[in-house]
Amino acid sequence: MNVIKSLTQNKVAMVGFSILFIFVVIALIGPYLYDGSPWRMVQRPFLPPFQNSNYLLGTDTLGRDVLAGLIYGARISLLVGFVSTIIALLIGIPLGAYAGYYGGWVDEVLMRFTEIFQTVPSFALAVVLVAIFEPSVYSITGAIAIVSWPPVARLVRGEFLSLRSQEYVLAAKLNGQTNRNIILREILPNSLSPIIVLASLMVASAILLESSLSFLGLGDPAIMSWGYMIGAAKTVIRQAWWLSFIPGVAIAITVLSLNLLGEGLNEALNPKLSGNREN
Amino acid sequence: MKKIIMGAVIACLPFTASVYAQPQNGGTINVVVQPEPPSLMIGMYSNGTTQQVGGNIFEGLMRYDKKLVPHPLLATSWENSEDGKTWTFHLKEGVVWHDGQPFTSADVVFSIDVLLRETNARLRTSLAFVDSITAPDDFTVVFKLNQPFGPFIRLFEVGTTPMLPKHIYEGTDFKMNPANHHPIGTGPFVFKEWQKGSFIHLAKNENYHVKGLPHIEELYWHVIPDAASRSVAFETGKIDVLPGGSVENFDVPRLSELDNACVTTDGWEFFSPHAWLWLNNQEGPTADKRFRQAVMYAMDREFAKSVLWNDYGKIAKGPVGSKTTFFDDTLPEYEYNPKKAKALLKEMGYDGTPVRLMAMPYGETWQRWTEVVKQNLEEVGIKTKLVATDVAGWNQKISDRDYDISFTYLYQYGDPALGVSRTYLSSNMAKGSPWNNAEGYVNKQVDQWLNEAAVVFPDSKRAELYSKAQHQLVEDVPVAWLMELEFPTIYNCKVQNLVDSAIGINDAFGTAWIKQ
Repeated sequence: MNVIKSLTQNKVAMVGFSILFIFVVIALIGPYLYDGSPWRMVQRPFLPPFQNSNYLLGTDTLGRDVLAGLIYGARISLLVGFVSTIIALLIGIPLGAYAGYYGGWVDEVLMRFTEIFQTVPSFALAVVLVAIFEPSVYSITGAIAIVSWPPVARLVRGEFLSLRSQEYVLAAKLNGQTNRNIILREILPNSLSPIIVLASLMVASAILLESSLSFLGLGDPAIMSWGYMIGAAKTVIRQAWWLSFIPGVAIAITVLSLNLLGEGLNEALNPKLSGNREN
Repeated sequence: MKKIIMGAVIACLPFTASVYAQPQNGGTINVVVQPEPPSLMIGMYSNGTTQQVGGNIFEGLMRYDKKLVPHPLLATSWENSEDGKTWTFHLKEGVVWHDGQPFTSADVVFSIDVLLRETNARLRTSLAFVDSITAPDDFTVVFKLNQPFGPFIRLFEVGTTPMLPKHIYEGTDFKMNPANHHPIGTGPFVFKEWQKGSFIHLAKNENYHVKGLPHIEELYWHVIPDAASRSVAFETGKIDVLPGGSVENFDVPRLSELDNACVTTDGWEFFSPHAWLWLNNQEGPTADKRFRQAVMYAMDREFAKSVLWNDYGKIAKGPVGSKTTFFDDTLPEYEYNPKKAKALLKEMGYDGTPVRLMAMPYGETWQRWTEVVKQNLEEVGIKTKLVATDVAGWNQKISDRDYDISFTYLYQYGDPALGVSRTYLSSNMAKGSPWNNAEGYVNKQVDQWLNEAAVVFPDSKRAELYSKAQHQLVEDVPVAWLMELEFPTIYNCKVQNLVDSAIGINDAFGTAWIKQ
């Protein structure tokens, strides 16, 4: 409760939260309000924004409605962002937990394994993965999850390393609780706050990653996304700058809102850390 | 009519006296070459840019004007025997190679019968009709054919049949010959220098066999890998000529509106690039003729032409390009008619099975075109699933017929027997090549017409057979024809008489000149 209270009092975080909330709502209900496909060629190409009230943001190089693209793009960006983050957490948390809890050779093996993924530049790896498995929303989500779990594993391992020698953990051990119970019921709940903060930032970087992939033409060819819109418009930037600008702003705002929210969560969950700043 | 003497009748070189003022000598022309060619040895590499640069160093026996009529170049005249089976060529005297050696009939026999037969697969197919090539004297070459072969007269353009020096290549490993790096031809320009990744420098051939040509002193081909930089180089005046296809389509309108920019779509008549959708005739819904016709009616090709190609090009009526020979313009037209498409689909009982639509990974325009076609098809109720792939994967999938619908464009090489039949003959449908009958179309009657049309004599009989074949093909829609593409060449208006042959830039600079 304290956390929520402190979060609601943090204006910056609330701004981030509100923007994100609006985007989520648009993503959920937009396609029902907006009939038809975002690929439909509805008007003459290169219609500038705010000239035709039916197509408020104008049309792209093929005469497709830019606003429809934005709405459908919000859906795919947020979906890929959240789902890939959840998958990354599902990989990273258990690995980090085992490594940190057991230590010794388990730790060695799991951390060396993690380092393999950490040493490869994540974007390059994502490009290769998507190219191998052919671009689709599944391969993109999977690729982003695969390149973004190592920081989770390292973070969780660090938390577990410091928490496993705490008195309440030792008490649980003496109680005869199973290792599994200790990990899930004792240590994990206590290390959740940094994970939540990290996750919110991971969603932001996953959205960026997805946009970059689509920008490079590695997006799902059947799905309209923000990165695709920028990629398709980059070549006409001198004739129609707004075609790259509008989805670019959408990406920037979404990522910014997630960062603000993450920052707010960090302050709310780690009052000790943020205390310094308030003083 | 004893002998058909062609060369003498139309001998006029250079082609046409320029309609502009008297040509001026001197000056340098800077041209973009995109991508950098792997070699300038035109007889061994058929890459587009090898032809562009090499075509100004080497020459063929003839040049073809924009109506594909042959004109004398290294051959001054030629005649065909009455039965159509013996061709005699008379060569120009006094022509020398860039190294000073004389050009004779021995070079012609060697180039065609030995070197090109080994290195040029496309020519080799046609040489199957040739029994012997002999040189009775230094300036006469005789070809004996085993049967009349209509397209024979269109084989002698520099890209298909360049003349190569016998005294340099004979008895060597052709691919490894050091002269490949320092090409020696008879053309208007001599090779000077090639700084890889930067430029290729050609200079005026002082001993060129055509009096008064070339007018240009220096010719630089610049390698600029980035499309945006190529446009900028033209805008700043560093580049005088952007050959067709060297800038992206969407940049064409902007560049052509610049002061001092001239645009021409001429110079592609020989190639006549023809774009179509491959439709798998063997499997899936596309195996049904009504489905294929529905695809034709579903596509808004006018839209694609105006939006994607800036209105350059022409809607294709059928398999043969309207600028090449034997095009039949009485063919019925498939107009944009979604209603008809829906009716056809209903009639065949199309159940909504999704078809795979594979994009051609040739850049921006093709990507957008795929999206347009996908939308057109979905609006008449054809469900599509987009397949993305790279160039190698695309070649592979087309070759293996592992697709439902995909894109391509192929050259027509001036004669249906050279560039059209290969796509529709059932004898040519073996898997393994993306340039043959990759759709798997089988119609024995069409086979017979096309095969016969290649070898009957004279041309009027060929035309009749090709007309029949075209009408049947348009009815069967083995592939969905999209457009006859045009690649505009953009150049600085100070360059005069730039494109005056059917292969355009590939042999342009011998006759071009700069207005001071």
